[in-house]
Amino acid sequence: MIMVTVLLYFFGILAILSALGMIFHKNPVYSALFLVVAFFSLASIYALLGAQFLSIIQIMVYAGAIMVLFIFVIMLLNLRSEVRIPIGKPAQVFFGILFGVLLLLEGFLILKSGTISGTIGLFPQSRVDSVGSVQALGSLLFTKYLFPFELASILLLVGMIGAIILGRKKLPKES
Amino acid sequence: MALMSNLLILAAVLFAIGVIGVLIRRNAIVIFMSIELMLNSVNLTFIVLAKQLQSLDGQIFVFFVMTVAAAEVAVGLALIISAYRLRATVHVDEINLLRG
Repeated sequence: MIMVTVLLYFFGILAILSALGMIFHKNPVYSALFLVVAFFSLASIYALLGAQFLSIIQIMVYAGAIMVLFIFVIMLLNLRSEVRIPIGKPAQVFFGILFGVLLLLEGFLILKSGTISGTIGLFPQSRVDSVGSVQALGSLLFTKYLFPFELASILLLVGMIGAIILGRKKLPKES
Repeated sequence: MALMSNLLILAAVLFAIGVIGVLIRRNAIVIFMSIELMLNSVNLTFIVLAKQLQSLDGQIFVFFVMTVAAAEVAVGLALIISAYRLRATVHVDEINLLRG
């Protein structure tokens, strides 16, 4: 148990440091690599919290597919002249950090002000362990959440068509 | 449990870093990455509370958030590419017209 706690703090600090590296590094390729580190540490945290299936999905979908797409786009657009894009005017930076910190303080106030309420669900760790994480998730996904699951597949289809239409070269106009 | 509220604080910190990234960076691709970071911090909140409340519904929601994020990245990067074709830049202050 103490090992789990130590690992959770380690990966949490790693996630925060790599997120900071992502927003402050001026080269977008390095930003993307920092973001991969953040995704991997979040996947480790998911695994430590007993969500093994989501941890694998996190690595496959985020660190695999989405980040490869980002790197492809960075390489596709000739960003050599773009690397020097400044991080905004000083006033933008000042107010950006100010509002970000204010948002964080509000979050702390909410966490301080109340305890987490809610009904205890049907899946304690022992039950999930007895059937397995994937089976427990799948049984819920294909019964209670079947309709949202089908909608998600339509959403992916729409996203695919949208990406193809937006990304193609413009054909010369007729007439 | 102190550990669980520390994890919620971690999610809040990651979300705030994402917000700061969106506000201070001017490169459209890095702004997009910051949005992904914010989505991930919300996923972390869902998983921590699912563990706390012994329920799997939170994990199902993470699944759907990931689906939406994948579709969003595909469409968003296509939009960035078509904006780059028109303007030859991804600097968001210079992309200031609605017409192509």
